[in-house]
Amino acid sequence: MAVHTQDRATRPAATDGTQRLSPALLQDEGLLFEIGETSKCGVDLEALREQPNRLGDLARTSSTGLAGLSEPETLRHYVRLSQRNYAIDLGLYPLGSCTMKHNPRLNEKMARLPGFADLHPLQPVSTVQGALGLMDELSHWLLQITGMDVVALSPKAGAQGEMCGMLCIRAAIEAKGELASRNRVLVPESAHGTNPATAAACGFVIDQIPANAEGRVDMDAFEQKLGPDVAAIMLTNPNTCGLFEPDIKRIADLIHQHGGYFYCDGANLNAIMGKCRVRDLGVDAMHINLHKTFSTPHGGGGPGAGPTVLSSRLARFAPLPFVTHEPGSSFGLVEQGEQDGAADAFGRMCAFHGQMGMFVRALAYMMSHGGDGLRQVSEDAVLNANYLLARLKDVFSPAFTGTCMHEALFDDSFLEGTGVSTLDFSKALIDEGYHPMTMYFPLVVHGAMLVEPTETESLQSLDQFADAMLSLAQAAKDQEHDRFTQAPRTAPSLRLDETQAARHPILRWTADVD
Amino acid sequence: MRYLPLSDLDRTHMLSRIGVQNIDELFGDIPSAARLPDGLDDLPDHASEQAVERHLNQLSGQNLNAGQAPFFCGGGAYRHHVPASVDHLIQRSEFLTSYTPYQPEIAQGTLQTLFEFQTQVAQITGMGVANASMYDGSTATAEAVLMAARITRRQGCILAPGLHPHYGEVTRTLTQTQGIQMRTMAPAINQDHQIADLVTADTACIVVQSPNVFGQVVDLAPLAEAAHAAGALLIAVCTEVVSLGLLKSPGEMGADIVAAEGQSIGNALSFGGPYVGLLACRDDRKFIRQAPGRFAGQTVDANGDRGFVLTLSTREQHIRREKATSNICTNSGLCTLAFSIHLALLGERGFRHLAALNHQKACALADQLARVSGVELLNQRFFNEFTLRLPKPATQVVEALATRGVLGGIPAARIFGPGPLDDLLIVAATETNTDEDMAEFTKVLAEVL
Amino acid sequence: MADLYFTEEHEWLLVDGNSAKIGITAYAAEQLGDIVFVELPDAGRTVKPQDEVAVVESVKTASEILAPVSGEITGNNGALDDAPETVNDDAMGQGWFFTMKLSNKDELSALMDQAAYDAFVKEL
Repeated sequence: MAVHTQDRATRPAATDGTQRLSPALLQDEGLLFEIGETSKCGVDLEALREQPNRLGDLARTSSTGLAGLSEPETLRHYVRLSQRNYAIDLGLYPLGSCTMKHNPRLNEKMARLPGFADLHPLQPVSTVQGALGLMDELSHWLLQITGMDVVALSPKAGAQGEMCGMLCIRAAIEAKGELASRNRVLVPESAHGTNPATAAACGFVIDQIPANAEGRVDMDAFEQKLGPDVAAIMLTNPNTCGLFEPDIKRIADLIHQHGGYFYCDGANLNAIMGKCRVRDLGVDAMHINLHKTFSTPHGGGGPGAGPTVLSSRLARFAPLPFVTHEPGSSFGLVEQGEQDGAADAFGRMCAFHGQMGMFVRALAYMMSHGGDGLRQVSEDAVLNANYLLARLKDVFSPAFTGTCMHEALFDDSFLEGTGVSTLDFSKALIDEGYHPMTMYFPLVVHGAMLVEPTETESLQSLDQFADAMLSLAQAAKDQEHDRFTQAPRTAPSLRLDETQAARHPILRWTADVD
Repeated sequence: MRYLPLSDLDRTHMLSRIGVQNIDELFGDIPSAARLPDGLDDLPDHASEQAVERHLNQLSGQNLNAGQAPFFCGGGAYRHHVPASVDHLIQRSEFLTSYTPYQPEIAQGTLQTLFEFQTQVAQITGMGVANASMYDGSTATAEAVLMAARITRRQGCILAPGLHPHYGEVTRTLTQTQGIQMRTMAPAINQDHQIADLVTADTACIVVQSPNVFGQVVDLAPLAEAAHAAGALLIAVCTEVVSLGLLKSPGEMGADIVAAEGQSIGNALSFGGPYVGLLACRDDRKFIRQAPGRFAGQTVDANGDRGFVLTLSTREQHIRREKATSNICTNSGLCTLAFSIHLALLGERGFRHLAALNHQKACALADQLARVSGVELLNQRFFNEFTLRLPKPATQVVEALATRGVLGGIPAARIFGPGPLDDLLIVAATETNTDEDMAEFTKVLAEVL
Repeated sequence: MADLYFTEEHEWLLVDGNSAKIGITAYAAEQLGDIVFVELPDAGRTVKPQDEVAVVESVKTASEILAPVSGEITGNNGALDDAPETVNDDAMGQGWFFTMKLSNKDELSALMDQAAYDAFVKEL
């Protein structure tokens, strides 16, 4: 690690001998619109033979103003920009709750096979049997892993999977004629923000349940909230504190006894695959983040995929479309409400059939690991998190006692008296060569730091990270303030003014903006 | 196992450092009745790269892909040529394997490309601002309707008869739970202008697609006028954004919100996803505050140098929870990058040329096919897609074409369901079609009719 | 002579006859941090106590402002659209939110005066 002696924030390109990054490796790069020209084009297109006009009087007369670049300029622009990003391929990415694990390149190669990538969603079903077969295989794996009855593949992302599950629950309640009276959804305080947002978008009223001192659902509070108007509980398990809910069976039984449903947020499935199946925990619906558990790339913020598994109680409400397969015959695709088996489908989550590119990647990932490897994934993910917890717990302040699942949660009490905040500490981690951990989430812990190493980190990598964390904690105790409040000092940008961005939003380039 | 770095020796060392006897002690909170002592026994064991490749190659080979046949399918997903550099760049580790840019100091690459993407979307749609993308065009449309309802504080929504039926179904599914009242008309090629008559004092928005699902180009200006006269908003939907290179932009025709599918630029067909939804609106704080999804915005760093951050996030679920404008928690990051790189390669000149080329090919194909006996071209004006009336049910015709190695468009019944549109075939042509493809399609169509 | 009242939600009301000007206290503005946007109610809207009438946003929080008393909104401080920082700089003056016509002056008796509010804040 580099040693930094500046007492004020400076760009890495400064000439005071402290820089880490050569300008040769971190080139200045303007905006596309500053370097490109509307007359420039990096694609050779077939010459126009004629210019017919069947557009009526609706032909464009104005310029779009799009900036163009030649191919070499394009490569430089984007490669230069790429070098301003941290990435899994550069180092450990300890974002708790986000599961930043290695993205196998085989999966990228498979998704680009022309039989998947160059296939239209509305081609005749007879010409896409391999694609439907792949969806059927993916479903089989997901159902084996979870023990559930059916899976709706189409949801486009985790939050859409939640929506899919909650709309199934809504449809089931409606089918029982209880929609008017059963409208309250219980959501733990520690939940991801998507849970209450989804329940609200589905027309439910949200009722928060508190966590107990051990970071689990407060069972007394939960039981007091049960009643004939409870539609469902939305619970993440393992929860966002990185802990398995030991009372989960009892929670499921109680919610079922009261006529409600159990929605499980599957964000943390990567910790329990092959160790237990959510069906055996009493779950009615759960989305699976293919981009977390099954390692389809995060891509700087999507695209994800959120297939949703359903219990027998909800199966018939699954949305359109779905693949059918009678043994010995070809695959079919049910896309219309009037087709067989679709009478109770609650609707449609997206155009076409979902994130096929992600289905291919996820299946390649699952086949590569196999049943044995997926169990090993969970075990190593939990082992790695506990190893970090063990190495850090005497200096940092674990939010709860005991071991954790796939992520370790700390509060900020170890920083008491240092004048360093969770934010400062996290930003200082950048100067040590790491992406910050998830901070200030979950909300139930003060100054939370949530660390998820994932199973794809080696022991050496974990030790290096732990050493960096411990040395920073020592620096905080040694009152090395600038190392924190001025951090990051070595990044392509220093701390950015988010207040100005929000007060006076500039959301696009225009010719008159600097 | 090639993806797992720990050795058995490492594991033993780590367990002892943690202070447990075996790995199962760490899973002690799982109820004993639910534990799987034998793991996932019913699934096959791990497989080599070679074995996985072999299996997936086999599945891939069971499909007739668009490169293997004269190909004319559209209907909301279009086959365009994507330059090789696009796919190379989006596979750079720093783009492919980075997270949402919540730590802007080490995510300026993603943030600047999102800012550029937002600008490009605003430019081609003729709108003031655009967000950092939605899942796809259909969900962007549903979110646009909810946004219009929040802005106008009204609940009525009118869908044009030329709206892609999947878009209509998705919008219904995702908005009905929030009290939106939907009205529409029977599907028709050239009736979109009639929805002006359905606008009432409770209408939040009218949703009109151009070119519509039948390929017909729609004049949005009179509809914008009708909507605005009643205090409602016009949501313009576009499923083929290449058309914007040749057509008046929705912004120029008075649209308040644009919801579009951006797959055509930079992204493969991929059997329906992942795609990239575009959402653009007026540059008005009232609109922007009610918008779903993420925005990248320009600011300065502690040195006063330009930089970018995700901004206006108090609208979003991670802060606003049940009061958020949407539950959306992502964008289509890598697909926006592909879109943006492809558009940067095209520029104004290339974008307009590409659009003109598509129109030229579609006009030539429409004329050829309309000369086939019994075939009638139903569009007065179109861009790169049009609808034919056939003398037989289109589903049968498309199947017969496929058995002869031609992917000849989409039967309207495939997306609308069986009924009065059974004899309609929706056909698209793009720059990827050669004269030979078109001649073959025309010949085989004549044969199967 | 105008009277100043305070609520436990850290709003102030400057009441003159039947009309009042309303904003948030300097204490509230400081707690919220850098304010980036204020969503204001439109004139003409009738409100009752506890109705959500405005939203104050900082970079990472959004707080709802509740109507302190019954009445009709008569105007708002449009200058905050372009300069939300005014709330941080001058919460009790230029940073006001909206004005309203009171429909039930008796409700004022449930509110605090300056001394009571100062004591209330001291306890927090």
